[in-house]
Amino acid sequence: MGEITIARREFLKTGGALVVGFALIPYAALGQTAAAGKSLAADQVDSFLVIGRDGGVTLYSGKVDIGTGTRAAYRQIVAEELDVPVQRIAMIEGDTALCPDQGGTGGSTGIVNGGMQIRQAAATARQALLALASTRLSVGSGDLRVSDGVVRSADGRSIGYGELIPASAGTGSHFDVELNAKAPLKNPDTYQYVGQPLARPDLPAKMTGRHAYMQDFRIPGMLHARVIRPHAVGATLTNVDEGSIAGIPGARVIRIKNFVAVVAGHEWDAIRAARALKLQWTGGGGLPGSERVHAAIRTTEVARDEQLIRTGDTDTALRNAARKFTASYEWPAQSHASMGPSCAVADYRPGSLTVWSSSQGTHGLRRNLARDLGIPAEQVRVVYMDGAGSYGGNGSDDAAADAALISRALQQPVRVQWMREDEHAYDPKGPPQLLDLKAALDANGNIAAWETEAWLPENTPNLRSRPLLAFLAAGIPQPVGQSVAQVQGNAYPSYDLPNMTATVHWLKTTPLRPSNLRAPGKPGNSYAVECFIDELAAAAKRDPLEFRLAHLKDQTGIAILKRIAERMNWQARPSPNPARSRGAESLGRGVAYVHYKHTDNRLGLGIEVAVNRNTGTIRVTRAVCVYEAGLMINPDAVRAQVEGNILQAISRTLHEEVQFDQNGVTSTDWRSYPILTFPEVPALEVELIGSVHDKPLGAGEAASAPVPAAVGNAVFDAIGVRLRKAPLTATRVRDGLAGQT
Amino acid sequence: MAAVNLRVNGSLHPIDTDDPGMPLLYALRNDLGLHGPKFGCGLGQCGACTVLMDGQAIRSCQVTIRAAQNRDITTLEGLGAPENLHSVQAAFVAEQAAQCGYCTNGMIMSTVALLAKTPKPTEAQVRTALAGNLCRCGSHIRVLRAVMRAANAGGPSHG
Repeated sequence: MGEITIARREFLKTGGALVVGFALIPYAALGQTAAAGKSLAADQVDSFLVIGRDGGVTLYSGKVDIGTGTRAAYRQIVAEELDVPVQRIAMIEGDTALCPDQGGTGGSTGIVNGGMQIRQAAATARQALLALASTRLSVGSGDLRVSDGVVRSADGRSIGYGELIPASAGTGSHFDVELNAKAPLKNPDTYQYVGQPLARPDLPAKMTGRHAYMQDFRIPGMLHARVIRPHAVGATLTNVDEGSIAGIPGARVIRIKNFVAVVAGHEWDAIRAARALKLQWTGGGGLPGSERVHAAIRTTEVARDEQLIRTGDTDTALRNAARKFTASYEWPAQSHASMGPSCAVADYRPGSLTVWSSSQGTHGLRRNLARDLGIPAEQVRVVYMDGAGSYGGNGSDDAAADAALISRALQQPVRVQWMREDEHAYDPKGPPQLLDLKAALDANGNIAAWETEAWLPENTPNLRSRPLLAFLAAGIPQPVGQSVAQVQGNAYPSYDLPNMTATVHWLKTTPLRPSNLRAPGKPGNSYAVECFIDELAAAAKRDPLEFRLAHLKDQTGIAILKRIAERMNWQARPSPNPARSRGAESLGRGVAYVHYKHTDNRLGLGIEVAVNRNTGTIRVTRAVCVYEAGLMINPDAVRAQVEGNILQAISRTLHEEVQFDQNGVTSTDWRSYPILTFPEVPALEVELIGSVHDKPLGAGEAASAPVPAAVGNAVFDAIGVRLRKAPLTATRVRDGLAGQT
Repeated sequence: MAAVNLRVNGSLHPIDTDDPGMPLLYALRNDLGLHGPKFGCGLGQCGACTVLMDGQAIRSCQVTIRAAQNRDITTLEGLGAPENLHSVQAAFVAEQAAQCGYCTNGMIMSTVALLAKTPKPTEAQVRTALAGNLCRCGSHIRVLRAVMRAANAGGPSHG
């Protein structure tokens, strides 16, 4: 099997720019090639871009395409700034030996951060290429024009990018040029590629079974493994009956303290062995259970309080107001619920560890594996491969740790794939949230004061990543704590209120190991905030959309809400709907408005529902979203992300709650943890606001935030029942209706 | 070791195994290297592993290789290739009807089976036909459009 050799760079001084030749080193066993000696520094152009002698360009991206379409968008950015045809750009993503560390992929930052870095690298490279051409053609670079990767002078001479690379530079070349933050960018009015709905390059292979997903990846000599988790979280393994799998060909047990796995040459044998293996566990458990998790939150130790906002004098305004309101809202623990269980392949041998993973942060995973396994970081390589959509930190990094640990124990390449119950039970969860809200109305029915108290799990200070399951079980020391991302976002209204405070009580613990889940915290917080806004509008007997407009000064926000009203033919009236019944179904409409994180996208969502009063079933029949997107590199990909976030958030709103007892998760399949199905999908209208002159604002996850509240408000409009606990299940609707009478 | 013979995408393949109760999915993915069908749940709940057996869309995680013997199995690879797309695959590409694409195999195979029986389905019929195919990314709207596009492209599908 091939070793990765890092060759020395050869420096060649050429025409004012340093061009670096590098060797292509085959990773023999895989038939892959790795460019050794390539720069990885984030401030070097050649970390991102390599120009081939044939004029082809290779883009090395630390951010990865987890199904969002950045594989198209990054090419568009490079094609635009470098003036090369988009078809001439190859792309390598998330390989820690080849790609710069641009931070993890997530938070809709792929374009906002990663894309803008790539844009600047391409602009710098173009400048350097023009300087080379200027020398070669003896023409000032201001008199040169570039199109399709060919530099032309006014007198008709031309030279291709590939020809600018000296013959001695090796098979591919790149520039030893520092990324110039001021390298001139294209005038957006001249864009050819950016702003176009380019088709995603990976889809034909995905549609025909030719695309190699992580789950499809195999290497010679590889064993299949399955990890067996305890019946109760944190349990101790007391006995392993290896004889219980004696009849299964090639099956054997790997045990490291409380970490236990089976391996076999054939995947089915590993699965059979995992099912047959008799284990004894003791202890563990101690969870509050999903039924009383929010009650438990109130008695959980608080690490510290943080005030998110304080305007005016909320205490006095609340004390003096005529009409005061309080409500508590509960958001459940939710799973990433990836369609494909997490998978990884690891190849450990003395002096090197290579891991193939669909991690959203391969560089971070590499650091963690090196640190926890005591291997020098330069000997660890993590190679990204597409997994099933992950929407944040699912089980991918854990599967990588599983595979690395087993491969180290066996000194053989190992593939680990989780089973469905593993993914549902053990992917880190979006944590449960609890918000207490208080508000007051003045004599005119406007909001006089607002107070949020939120109970949310803290990010353990200085913890860069969540603990990995395999190392916890195997007793391998690693930094302990929890990592949940910025879950406090949108915990107060996106309106201009005179007296407003919002406080987070940061919880030291949360029952299930947490991680970032799509738009971390914001759907749950917005659910509470935007439903409570609706409660105030209803109390004031005012139309909920006009009530919002009355509290909003932001012109974009006002335009968004008015546009929703126009598209939905919104009739101004208070909720609930006085003429709402159609047989057993009651019809309602609701709206929510969010300025995402109070700094990013402004967006509104209108929802129409039909609620069956007998069964309690909510049908979302229509969703209308007006979304401020800013610069859209690929408008169709942005639209797909907004659509996907809305539908996924409808699923989270109606169905999704991780159920657990004192031992662990009990909702371990698609029946106990259902998600949205085709018959439930509403008509969906998405209107995107943005132009090529804007800054990019993040494509997608903001659209998750207003969904739960808009649905909840539509349900209230339909049946007059305010549901303050998500998901909005049929049982809760029926209970609410029963409580009305 | 006994051999079980599977007829997949038109050719016969002997599978060496001591367990004819192995689900078809593992033979397709591991013995035949056909990665179109995906492991999603192993429970017949998600549809990611869907293949055609004698023209019917079935969950290959729920059918043993013993039961699949002497049947005509078609996988996603058997429909078309990137340079020669089946009409349903072409419609999915045209509508950009996937995000991660992990569930796409099941969507396309279920659609092919639907259109063979019901060449001009209503959107409601498509929704019902795909009710057992889960998508987590939220590509449903585009999938529905792709199926309607494939149906409207009309005629017998090639491949």
